[in-house]
Order: sequence, then C-alpha cells, then structure tokens
Amino acid sequence: MRYLPLTEADRRSMLAAAGVDDVDALFRDVPAAARLPGPVSELPLHADEMTVERAFRGFAGRNLSPGNAPCFLGAGAYRHHVPASVDHLIQRGEFLTAYTPYQPEVAQGTLQYLFEFQTQVALLTGMEVANASLYDGATATAEAVLMAARITRRPRVVLSGGLHPHARDVTATNARFMGLDLVQMAPDWDGGETVADALDATTACVVVQNPDVFGRIRDLAPLAAACHAAGALLLVVVNEVVSLGAIRSPGEMGADIVAAEGQSLGNATSFGGPTVGLFAIREKFVRQMPGRLVGETVDADGRRGFVLTLSTREQHIRREKATSNICTNSGLCALAFTIHLTLLGEAGFTRLAKLNHAAAVALADRLAAIPAITVMDGPFFNEFTVRLPKPATAVVEALAARGILAGVPAARLFPEADHAAAAERLLLVAATETNSEDDMDRLAMALEEVLR
Amino acid sequence: MATTRYTREHEWIRIDGDTATVGITDFAQEQLGDVVFVELPEIGRQVSKGDEAAVVESVKAASEVYAPASGEVTAVNEALADEPALVNSAPNGDGWFFKMRLANPAELDDLMDAAAYKDHVDSLD
Amino acid sequence: MSQERGTTSGHRGLDAEEPLIFEQGSPDKTGVDLPEPPPHADRLGGLGRARPIGMPGLAEPEVVRHYLRLSRQNFCIDGGFYPLGSCTMKHNPRLNEKLARLPGIGDLHPLQPASTVQGALALIDACAGWLKALTGLPAVAMSPGAGAHGELTGLMTIRAALEDRGDARARVLVPESAHGTNPASARFCGYRVDAIPADRRGRVDVAAMKQKLGDDVAAIMLTNPNTCGLFENDILEIAAAVHDAGAFFYCDGANFNAIVGRVRPGDLGIDCMHINLHKTFSTPHGGGGPGAGPVVLSAALAPFAPVPAVVHGADGSFRIIEHPCQSDAKPFGRIKAFHGQFGMFVRALAYMMSMGADGLRQASGDAVLNANYLMARLDGTLHPAFPGPCMHEVLFDEDSLKDTGVTTLDLAKALIDEGFHPMTVYFPLVVHGAMLVEPTETESKETLDAFIASLENLVARARSGDVRFFEEAPRLAPRRRLDETRAARQPVLRWRPPVPGAAAE
Repeated sequence: MRYLPLTEADRRSMLAAAGVDDVDALFRDVPAAARLPGPVSELPLHADEMTVERAFRGFAGRNLSPGNAPCFLGAGAYRHHVPASVDHLIQRGEFLTAYTPYQPEVAQGTLQYLFEFQTQVALLTGMEVANASLYDGATATAEAVLMAARITRRPRVVLSGGLHPHARDVTATNARFMGLDLVQMAPDWDGGETVADALDATTACVVVQNPDVFGRIRDLAPLAAACHAAGALLLVVVNEVVSLGAIRSPGEMGADIVAAEGQSLGNATSFGGPTVGLFAIREKFVRQMPGRLVGETVDADGRRGFVLTLSTREQHIRREKATSNICTNSGLCALAFTIHLTLLGEAGFTRLAKLNHAAAVALADRLAAIPAITVMDGPFFNEFTVRLPKPATAVVEALAARGILAGVPAARLFPEADHAAAAERLLLVAATETNSEDDMDRLAMALEEVLR
Repeated sequence: MATTRYTREHEWIRIDGDTATVGITDFAQEQLGDVVFVELPEIGRQVSKGDEAAVVESVKAASEVYAPASGEVTAVNEALADEPALVNSAPNGDGWFFKMRLANPAELDDLMDAAAYKDHVDSLD
Repeated sequence: MSQERGTTSGHRGLDAEEPLIFEQGSPDKTGVDLPEPPPHADRLGGLGRARPIGMPGLAEPEVVRHYLRLSRQNFCIDGGFYPLGSCTMKHNPRLNEKLARLPGIGDLHPLQPASTVQGALALIDACAGWLKALTGLPAVAMSPGAGAHGELTGLMTIRAALEDRGDARARVLVPESAHGTNPASARFCGYRVDAIPADRRGRVDVAAMKQKLGDDVAAIMLTNPNTCGLFENDILEIAAAVHDAGAFFYCDGANFNAIVGRVRPGDLGIDCMHINLHKTFSTPHGGGGPGAGPVVLSAALAPFAPVPAVVHGADGSFRIIEHPCQSDAKPFGRIKAFHGQFGMFVRALAYMMSMGADGLRQASGDAVLNANYLMARLDGTLHPAFPGPCMHEVLFDEDSLKDTGVTTLDLAKALIDEGFHPMTVYFPLVVHGAMLVEPTETESKETLDAFIASLENLVARARSGDVRFFEEAPRLAPRRRLDETRAARQPVLRWRPPVPGAAAE
C-alpha cells in the first residue's frame, strides 16, 4: 500500500523487538469481543490512484460547475478570481503539512504569516486587534456574542433581521446552550428595521450585518452611538470582505467587535467549506478574545521572532474557564486569504472592490429594465435583491436547467412557514469581477423568457 | 502593628485594624514562574471567604487567587497592570493584589501564621 | 543584525531573513492585474471608503518570494519526522489535494440548486457511509468544523436528547488527562465539569468514576485510546455504568487512528464520537486548520443531530435538509454555515477509498507497532510513564532526566537541532514533564532507528552533566529560543506604521 513504508520483514523484526508474536497481541487491552477478525466487511479494499480519481471525476460530472455557467450566487459565499500563485504557495509542504506552531523556533513561517494576517484583518475592518482566525464567519459571530456577554456581564443579545440566517442560527444555538436571552428581529425584507429600539439596560450586544443578507449597506454610526449610550456593544458581521475595499469599515462606524467571513479572498467556494472566520476587536477586550493570537518578541540572540501568545485564554491551559473551546484556527485558509490580499495590495484591493460594485450596478440596471422585475431599494455593494412576479425557487430551477445559476431564492434562506409569503418572490443576486457582460446578457435574456 | 496570615492556597493577608492587604506568597510566585498578567477585582466588590477574587497568569498557567476573608474590595494594585513582574520581584511588598475591608475578622483565626505556613510549604515537596 | 549573522545581507546561504510585507513594497504596486473599472453610477449611498486602508503593494515575484522564504522556516511532515503526540502527523497524500480542486468539486457554490449538485451530495453521503461503517454507529452529523467543534456538537446533541425527555441534567464527567477542549466544550454546552482521576495504570479510576455518577450526570467524555496512549480496558464496564445512570457515553475520537479498521466504537458502548478527519483520515493540518470533526451518533441520539443533513429522496436523488422546519426529526439547531467542511470530506474520502478496509486496518496496526517499537527500543533511555503495550503513541515522563538539570523542554529543543520535530511536551497534565511520542504509520523503520539513536545520545549527554548544551538549544533552527514572557507582558499583536520622526535610531 503506497502510503505505508514498513515491509513485512520490518514488521517481523519490530514485533520481535516489542516482544510479541503479532500485531493483535498489541491490542490485547481491547475487549476480545470488540476486536474485528479482519477488515470491515461492508467496505471495499484499497484502490490505486487512477481508480480513485475516476470515482471523483464521476462525482464532479454530476455537478454543474460554476466555472461553466454564468453564476450570480452569493448570500455568504462569493466567487472571485484567485490568482494562480495563491494555490501554488499554499500547497508547499512546509505550509500544508505543518501543524500548530507549538515549537516556534521551527515554525516562524506560519507565525509570521499569521502576524501579517492579523494586521491585515485589523486594517481592513478598521479595528485594533485581530486573532489568527476562527472556523468561519457564522461561528465567529457566535463566539463574538458570547464574548460580548462576558465583557458586559449582561445576558441579552439582539440579532438584526438583516443577519444571514446561518449566522443567526449558529449564534442562536450557541447562545441558547449558554443560557443567553436572545432577541431575534424579523427578517428585514424592506430595510426598515430600527434595531436600536430593541436596546435596553440588560443588552450585551446588538448584532448587525453589513452589507446585510439582502445586500444592503447602511451607516452604522448612529446605531453604534445608541449601543454605547445603553452600555451595549455593537457587533458587526461582514460576509463579503471585498466590500471593505469600497465602503467605510465597521471600525470607522463604531463597531466594538467585527466577525467576518473571509472566503472571498484566496479561497474557493468549495461548496461552503472550509473557509476562514475573521475576528477583530478593540484592544481593551483582548483578554476576552477567543482563538489563537500571534505576538512579536525576540529570540535568545535578540532577533525578532513570533510566538503564540496570551494562551491563558485558551482551553489547553484554562480548560472549562477558557474564552472558547476552539483549539485550531483555519490556518491554511488564512494563508490563502493573506497571500491573495498581499498580491492585491492597497491598489489592487480597492480596484477589485470597484470592479465588483461596477458589475453589480450594471446588473441591477439590466434587471431593472425588465418590466416584470423590481430591484429592491437601497444602497448596495455587489449583491442586491430583486422581486420577481413568480416564485423565485421555480425560476432558479428553470434557469439552472438552462445552465445559468441565477441567484439564491430568499425562500432557501428563510424556509419557515411564517416567512413563506414574504420570501417567495425574492431573489438575491450577486455580481463579482468574474461576471462578464455576456453572463449578464444571458441571465437577463433567460429571465425574460422564464418570466414571460 | 500589622499581622500577616497565610492560606493553604498560598495567599497572604496582612491585617491592619479592619482593613487588610492581600497578595500571593513567594512560594506561589516561584511555582508560577514569570508573571505576565494579573486580573484584579473591581473596587467595591463584595467577596466571601474562598471566592475567586483575582487571577494571576504566567505564560503557561493561570491560577485563581481566592479571598482569604470576606469583605469589600477597597483598592487594587494598579501598578501590576504595567508591571506584573512586581509579583515575582516583591510578592510580599509592591506586588500586592488588593486591599479589603474585613466583614468578619474572626474568619482569620482559621488561617496560618508564618511558622505554620512554612511547615505547610515544606510538606509539599 | 548582519554582523551577528556574519554576512552583509543578513542572510545565511539558503537561510534567508524575511521582513514583514508591511516593511516592503509601496502602495502603488500590485501583484494582480485588474481592468480599469468601467464608468458606473455610485450606489454606495454615501458610505464609500474615504481613507486608505494602509496595505503595502508588492509585485507577484516579490509576493512569491516572501511566502517561499517564510515556508522554509517551517518544519513539516513532508520534510521530516514529526512525532507530535495526540496530533497524528501522518502523510498527506497529494491525490487528495488534486481531487479537492477538480472543477465541479472545489468551485461549487453552497447554495446552488440541489439538482445541480447531486454529485456533491452523493460524495458527502459516501463519506458519511464510510464513517458509519468504520465506527459501527448508525448516524453522523457531518458539519462540525474541527474536533473541538465536534465535541461541542456531540454534547449539544446529548443535551437535546436529555431535554427531550425532560431531564437536561447538570454535570459532565471528564478525566483529568483529557484534552482541554473536553471541559471547555462541556462548559459551552451549559454543563458543569466534574473531573475524574486517573489510576496508577494511567486509566480512568473506575471506582472513582462510579462514585461521581448520579442522576444529574449528562455524559462522560472519555478519550479512547486515552491521552496517555493506552486503551481503556475497562471500557465496557464504564459504558454499562454510564448507561445505568441514564447518561450518555461521549468518546473523544482524537485517537481513532489507533484502532480504525480493527475496533468499532459502536461495539464498545459509545453513543457519540467526533472524528478528526485531519488525524485519522489524512487531511492536511495546514499549520493549524482547517480541520473537520464529523460526529457519529447512536440511534438514540440520531434524531437530535443538527442541520444540515443530506437525505435520499424517493426517486434516488439527494436533497439537503437545511433548516429544522424541513426535518421529520428533532434537530437541535445549526452549528456552522452551509454544509460543513466539504473540501475536507473530499480529501478524507479519497484517502479512505485509497486505503480501503484492508489498508486502514494495516495503518492502525503499523501505527501501534511503530509506537511499541519505540517504547521497546528506548527502554533504558526514556522512562515510560506506564507499562505497555501502548497504542499509537507512547508516553514518557521526566524520570530519566532526574537530577541532570535538563528538562523535558530542553530535550525537546535539542531534538530540533537533530532535525526532528519534538514530541508533544507537558501533555497530558497527569504526568510530570510528559513527552508524548506518536510516530504514526507514515514512518519507516529507518526513520525510527535514527530518532532512537539521537535520543540515546542526547539522554547520555544530559546524564553526563552537559546542561549548557541543552539550555542553548536549538542552535541550528531559524530562531533560537523565543522570549514568551516578553510576548505576553507587552503584547505586540500586529504591525503598526513607524511613528514619523522616530525612525532614525
């Protein structure tokens, strides 16, 4: 078997050194009845590379690749062009096959890129400090809510109706098990929500998403002021980090904690995972922060180096008193993120953001010109919501049959019976730098046909 | 004249009338190694004897500091925020943690004096 | 700096010093050519960014060189023996990486209509099928993002099942030797943690455990094989006692790689276990993630598993349950966006299909053999914390260094100079100066023999009194020992631009 270097002769001599006749003797502490006599019978035996690859090409062949279709899907996962050097670099064995930098003398590569990553995330979000990443944006949101409750020692959490339902549900699940008091605002279909009205003296934090799940952006500064006046924290969720190249950062608008999904930079959509959760805060909260942190120091020769630091927050030291149960971060996805952002630089990143906005504006204008379609009001970045004259789910299916991935029906995100009527005809549409004019033409024409 | 008492968990408490100063012993700081951070209680907080009142951290460990007696926290050692190393260099002096107003000075009778504490430490290794 | 290094550049041959990206380039450079945005209306509603972000600009060759140079400062399993106990640093096949990047797999959007992702749903179902068959448990929740996330998910499932019978309970029993994630996960599920001691054999003290059991105990969390590298041979008795108390048996599956293909946790009375795909099933550790932590579940727990779930439709097609309102069961909620770590399912399935039932069985056998070979050959060099046989990893204590003035940490750092990654040190906490060595099935006998020779020489050197040699190690790594106290006392957690005028020192 190609992954196993021991020969039968090796095994015999090693068994002799260990003083046993066979490998089974090493498993003697396992209750005899639970020891299988041979390979698990219902599973196939080993296979060569070609055979395995053929099977996976079979799986791939039953999917419609967004690379082969005009794709306008967003709602928390965005298709962007990732430069070839990103994937080349993250596959270097020194990055791919290292682990957590427990021995910093031989892990400076990982530690330095994480230090740079932390700096980039802090700069993008307009915050003071960022950690070395969490699993994804939704779990980062949940961690942020628990952190806000610890800092304020208050039990009540207000979730905006503009929050992505997956982030909302992950947060609600975690908050419920921790005994927090959760206020979930109704889905903010028309952008009329006044979340500040929900503040009271027991509120730990208000959670809003910008751009929100429907694509709308708003000035959060008044909400930040209201939160701070009430002694609560403002937690801002960002699901499309490319937006931060075009719009004011959450930090500038007064956020206390930012939880973001970083997939858009460096990472493929990969059917939703793995991705990378970004987490940034005001520095005064650093000891309540979940997740790993890299800090700068010097070595015995006085040379600059980096280490994991403030570890007493973490589970391997603090156990049940830790700030989170998280152990890993999302290292390799964070690496892809940081390489892509480094390649872009200030000039490239802001241009990328402009291209995205330009594409979405062009698409919105195209769709608004179709009489049956209404583009919902409000400023947006690269995603917006349209109202169709028919149920959006059926329209999306009809377009998929034509090889077009038209968008995400709101009903997919809000499937509850309560929301059926409001969601039924809404479609979320995203456009990025990957969408050509031809893609937009095809979408518009197909929609006109299907809606006719 | 102040008297000092010790707990089995290696806190010391120096009593002066109905107020007292609390810190950790030289033995405790030695065990912890380089102290990097001290989390102090809020002034005005009411603590009961045995409550977790502070946390002292080294690079690889965090230890709770328990209130040796009940009372109200009246002052904390702000200097530790910038210079946690004081806990190592002067555990019995400038490295103090907090001051408190004692609710029930009789509680102190359960604590050890210096000689008893030394015996306790000697018995540990 | 350059003087210390003995060169003008500060580099030393292939060993290059690399500044931060923020200390390079200029804001007007870029490594990505993008077209000029077409003229377009601004629909940002006056919320446009007014200030620069503050990021540097580098051209592509500069970026490639930066990360390549950084990569060379890392130790990795591709490059050398990495016996980090409890972490399972095994070979990461590149076939897995290739398949995860196929068009139609790596580029799928999570919210495509189900009709356009039948292959992806079939792939998740196939991966789940392998995990169920290998563990002998009937259900699996695929979405947890890592092992610790799997623990939390498993406990939430348990809590939901208990709440459903109107009895949430209050305590979770966790051995003192457990990974720190176990008590933390219990806490974040709203439970109080009650520690149970180990006995002199390095295993759960069954009598003490039984005393702690009661009708307020929700679950026991047990790692098996445990963190001392030993199989909990009283496991059937433990399971029976836990079930008699009306509690559930959670197994931390971090060490499943020791028994995969030979022992099914379902046959041991386990109700719930997370599987670290990056340990047992070879997905890359990636410098610390991303992982994946699917949780296998007994029939009693299966109805409470979180969404999403891939299910078979009546017509043989697959669909995905994304919200509790779409489920016939009683899912407790959602714990991650979308459908879990799909890219890791691809890699793990590729590995499982490559190895097959026979190869997985051989792998666990080789992993256990390698660890026992080390234990036997190091007899007299390092002192095992507990007698063998061990499972996939062997635990040594500090006794063999007693009175030498050399610590576990010193020995670990000296191993770096020998070209090996140190073992896990100071874990588990129940053993003084612990050294946990996990060779995995990836290593040849020749590699193990070289490692043994290095350890023999180092321990002899320690016993000869050469303390200084150890205190100064490592000498041959990209950095000498780093000042962690300074890092924690005055945290510098990001680069900041130099203050103008202060640069001339």
